[in-house]
Amino acid sequence: MITAGIDMGAKTIKVVVLRDGDIVGKGAAVAGFESRDAAEQAYSAALEEAGISQDEVEGVVATGAGRGHAPHSVRDISEVASDARGVHKLYPGARTVIDVGAEEGRAVRCNEEGKVVDFALNEKCAAGAGAFTEAMSRALEVEIEALGSMSLNSNNAIPMNAQCAVFAESEVVSLLHAKTPKEDIARAVHDAIASRIVSLARKVGFEPDVVLIGGVAHNVGFVDSLERALECKVIIPDDPEYIGAYGAALAAAEN
Amino acid sequence: MAEYWRWKEHRWHDDRDWRDGELITGGVDVGSVSSQAVIMVDGEIYAFSSQRTGSDSPESARKALDWALEDTGLTLDDIGFVVGTGYGRVNVPFSNKAITEIACHARGANFMYGPSVRTVLDMGGQDCKVIRCDERGKVSAFVMNDKCAAGTGRGMEVFADLLAIPIEDVGELSLQVEEEPPPVSCTCVVFAKSEATALLREGWPKSKVLAAYCSAMAHRVVTLLEQVGVEKEFAITGGIAKNVGVVNRLEDEIGVKALPTEIDTQIAGALGGALFAQNLLKKKLSAA
Repeated sequence: MITAGIDMGAKTIKVVVLRDGDIVGKGAAVAGFESRDAAEQAYSAALEEAGISQDEVEGVVATGAGRGHAPHSVRDISEVASDARGVHKLYPGARTVIDVGAEEGRAVRCNEEGKVVDFALNEKCAAGAGAFTEAMSRALEVEIEALGSMSLNSNNAIPMNAQCAVFAESEVVSLLHAKTPKEDIARAVHDAIASRIVSLARKVGFEPDVVLIGGVAHNVGFVDSLERALECKVIIPDDPEYIGAYGAALAAAEN
Repeated sequence: MAEYWRWKEHRWHDDRDWRDGELITGGVDVGSVSSQAVIMVDGEIYAFSSQRTGSDSPESARKALDWALEDTGLTLDDIGFVVGTGYGRVNVPFSNKAITEIACHARGANFMYGPSVRTVLDMGGQDCKVIRCDERGKVSAFVMNDKCAAGTGRGMEVFADLLAIPIEDVGELSLQVEEEPPPVSCTCVVFAKSEATALLREGWPKSKVLAAYCSAMAHRVVTLLEQVGVEKEFAITGGIAKNVGVVNRLEDEIGVKALPTEIDTQIAGALGGALFAQNLLKKKLSAA
């Protein structure tokens, strides 16, 4: 059976194609202003990688912030549901899922069957989402990809007073003026976002195993700060940003 | 690149001779975005300055004072008492005492708007506070948002830059719409920026986008006002008091007009500091 999941994220659209439960194709595109066109693009890319034509796909399920605008989908499920489903399939021992995307942070607790027991999310404030690290990398004039490894080189935890991304940007500039090493500022940035995410995780009463997904899971500096704040290791799957789409594709197969 | 967010730094001083005065005091407000200094001579404002805060608080305080004193012949030694206030108040090296900005804003508003003021809304660069006070300008209650840029001057600066409209013109331009658009739905300034970009792409004129943002900001502040309640008379201090786009929408939403003033609303905190300094100087002189 061939199915697809489309994750209409705020910034990036991800598509996963499954054949009998195995991932055979993936595709992504920047959402931009025409998210439907971007979704078509990501969908075509995933099908091409899988070597499958559109007619062969038996079911498409959408998820993500913009899931109402997804093409081809027969139904949609919430991000909480798709995250839990995708993670449970890969890691049946997972009890907590943390998903940090461009504009949203999420903590989901599930039971041994993968059913969602509780969840908490932040979609109102950039301070707990990837948008925060992006703004800070601009203020630091460091590529976002380099920010993570830079922060691993810091041995000095300095506090960040500002929570708000807008205020934090000014604070970063002040720290730079005060000749604070960029490594220490990068760590402060990651400690700050990690503390926002940990407060979400505490709300749901996190238990191990903790699985971290979403694009921000690629940021090694954030992962380091998060593990320190959680006082436990987190599991990161390959391609952590595709897990929502994978969960949606699994849901499509079950119908 | 033009910096549209940059508001005008300015200063003013009176023509009278300060040497005729007996009580000369100063208030210095080192805020997170702007710093002001006010010099009072015998209960009247004699000079003031308002400029952007640098990365160093003591230096910003010194610069604010020096600029207010420029061309007056007055020096720090001639000032009997200086009160420091604002976010950086403990870093005003030449001050005789530090007093919170809440107390100073209430005291300043009492002078600017008269003793009938009961509710002061201070919309500063990085915070927003609602202060309840009595006829002497003494604080009885307050609430404050200093965690989030929504509802602060900094948020408005971000929008001025995004739309390439000088910050002084934002309010007026936002009123040039035939019909009031729905407010921007994102609270977070970072997300509101993306929302505004999408609206511009849809073909919205800048005035309409600004109208949507000013009304969102007004609404945000109203929720803060409601926590304390608006008792008349009502006054607004801080930089956003100069933005008619926010002020008009705010007045409409609460159904109360804000009192007018001839005095620069950005100096309210420093003015309150100078007023406190006056009382403290009198005490000091009578004790001597």
